[in-house]
Amino acid sequence: MEILSKVHARNLVSWAADKPEVVVLSADLTSSTEIDLFRDAYPARFFSMGMAEQNMMSFAGGLAREGVFPFVHTFAVFIYRRAYDQIADSIAYPNLPVRMFGFLPGVTTPGGATHQAIEDLSVMRSLPNMTVLEVGDATDVETLLDPVQAVEGPVYVRMLRGELPRLFPKDEPFRIGQARVLTRGTDLALLSSGICTEEALRAAAALESRGVSIQHLHVSTLKPFDDEAVAEAVSSARKGVITMENHTVLGGLGTATAELMAGLGVGRPLIRVGIQDEFLHGASRPHLMKEYGLDAAALVRAVETLLHQDLGIGEGDLAAVRLENVHSAAKAEAL
Amino acid sequence: MQSAATSTNNWTDDVHRVARGIRRRVLDHTIRNNGGYLSQACSSAETLATLYVRLMNLGPSVAPPVPPAFPGVPKAGRRAYTGAGYNGEHAPERDRLYFSAVHYALPLYATLIETGRMSEDGLRQFNQDGSTVEMIGAEHSPGLELTGGSLGQTLSQAGGIALARRLRGESGRQWVYMSDGEFQSGQTWEAVQALVYHRLDSIVAYVDVNGQQCDGKMTDVMTIEPLQSRLEAFGARVVSVDGHDPEQLAAPAEQAPDGRPTVVLAYTNPCQGMPLMEARRPKLHYVRFKDEAERTAFADMLRGMPR
Repeated sequence: MEILSKVHARNLVSWAADKPEVVVLSADLTSSTEIDLFRDAYPARFFSMGMAEQNMMSFAGGLAREGVFPFVHTFAVFIYRRAYDQIADSIAYPNLPVRMFGFLPGVTTPGGATHQAIEDLSVMRSLPNMTVLEVGDATDVETLLDPVQAVEGPVYVRMLRGELPRLFPKDEPFRIGQARVLTRGTDLALLSSGICTEEALRAAAALESRGVSIQHLHVSTLKPFDDEAVAEAVSSARKGVITMENHTVLGGLGTATAELMAGLGVGRPLIRVGIQDEFLHGASRPHLMKEYGLDAAALVRAVETLLHQDLGIGEGDLAAVRLENVHSAAKAEAL
Repeated sequence: MQSAATSTNNWTDDVHRVARGIRRRVLDHTIRNNGGYLSQACSSAETLATLYVRLMNLGPSVAPPVPPAFPGVPKAGRRAYTGAGYNGEHAPERDRLYFSAVHYALPLYATLIETGRMSEDGLRQFNQDGSTVEMIGAEHSPGLELTGGSLGQTLSQAGGIALARRLRGESGRQWVYMSDGEFQSGQTWEAVQALVYHRLDSIVAYVDVNGQQCDGKMTDVMTIEPLQSRLEAFGARVVSVDGHDPEQLAAPAEQAPDGRPTVVLAYTNPCQGMPLMEARRPKLHYVRFKDEAERTAFADMLRGMPR
């Protein structure tokens, strides 16, 4: 698997070269959110707003009203938890094109409950006018900006940084409202998002070898949730549907899928693999994925439940975990 | 810089005439509807009149004299409608007003009428279903272009606009009208800090320091004083004035920009011009008459108020 480093940092600089209307706002996490290269390349379009997110979000609304496109970067928790009222009134109500990049989703940081965004998708999905996206690999990250900038209103992106795997072909760009079909099958539909797609792929060979037929989709648009391919997948799965997300099961991919299935009248079981309505704590990504049941082994258990059979898949049958270097040149600090 | 409402040689006479009109209209409305934001008119009348008559470089209204019906909330495919047209067309050299103290919407609408920017029929739509003339003004309401009803957000939004206008090389200034209660909110201080840091000196904020908020006297709720020295410590240019004296109100805004945002603390009396209000202290945020006798007394006071 190809591993890339600081994908967003480089991509943003090249993408913004011919877009003078794009500015970047930072809240004291410039290197940590990969906007240091932008700052160095375009200092006149980089605005340091300090550790003051409420002002930053309303300020972004003011800029967007005047035809400037603010690309707000900070850790996700500091966007939606610290400044929700400002997002609602200064950005979402007037439907302004502010682009919010929220880093450190869920288990991707050992920073503990204060740094781990576990309900951001739920909160942002429920805001009218908001488009909600999540990336899962390097190709998603480096092909995301054109579709984001084409959206009329505000966009929240659940973002990844540091060392990223390339899971999807470089020439198949991110498209809003279009899931990536990874495998085709008829027994089960598996909808995974964000880093859970990489994790689900660890179980792919073992499940295939046991003859399990899975329609696996990587879902990157949480709102609007109107992708025909997703509707088709949940409708045609004979034995049931599994969602897998690095997020609480309340309000994210699992909930959106449940709403979709109920609306379509799909009367089959749904298992929502995700954080079961509790906070995380500071620990490594593999540790948290195991502890909270977000890993490939949890997916195998969900498959076994829906198929009513023991597939005899042990840890040794799963592909090795890709271990990110916690102290890496790809990140400003170990957070 | 003077607006089209000028009719005499002395602009302070115009300010006082408009201020009297604001008080009369808001009082008349409050009597008719048995409720209204009356103390806000008492404290803000001279400041709003000075802004519109003397200070702001605004073009004539380009909005319909009688405000249009509410066109619906902004959403995909529907352009946001704002009430900015009552303050004239946006232009690089023109000023803008960002009205943060949106509970003062009724005095603002009265100001628009007194300065010939809105028909007095507009006020009949106040708080009526389907109208833009809302009780708590929002961006679609006459004279407004931002949604600040949560309070404490408008100064930050104005900062973003000031920055965007500076990037475009525009010379127009940003006037922000605030209430003192907003200085209890952390975001206001975040905003001042950012305006100072980014040297957004096109911002001039007028603050109605009437010492009143919803629960009563601010000193009984949460003290904000000493406001001038607090703001100065943040790096703002601050002037404290008698908020009922037009010449004092106008003087600080006539200083040349010097890199700092300007904050004018207009110290006001929430009962100014309406002696009957004194008996209602300390709860002045919203006036609903206790009985018919009180309402009649206020109606008598209205008949005696000078034009």
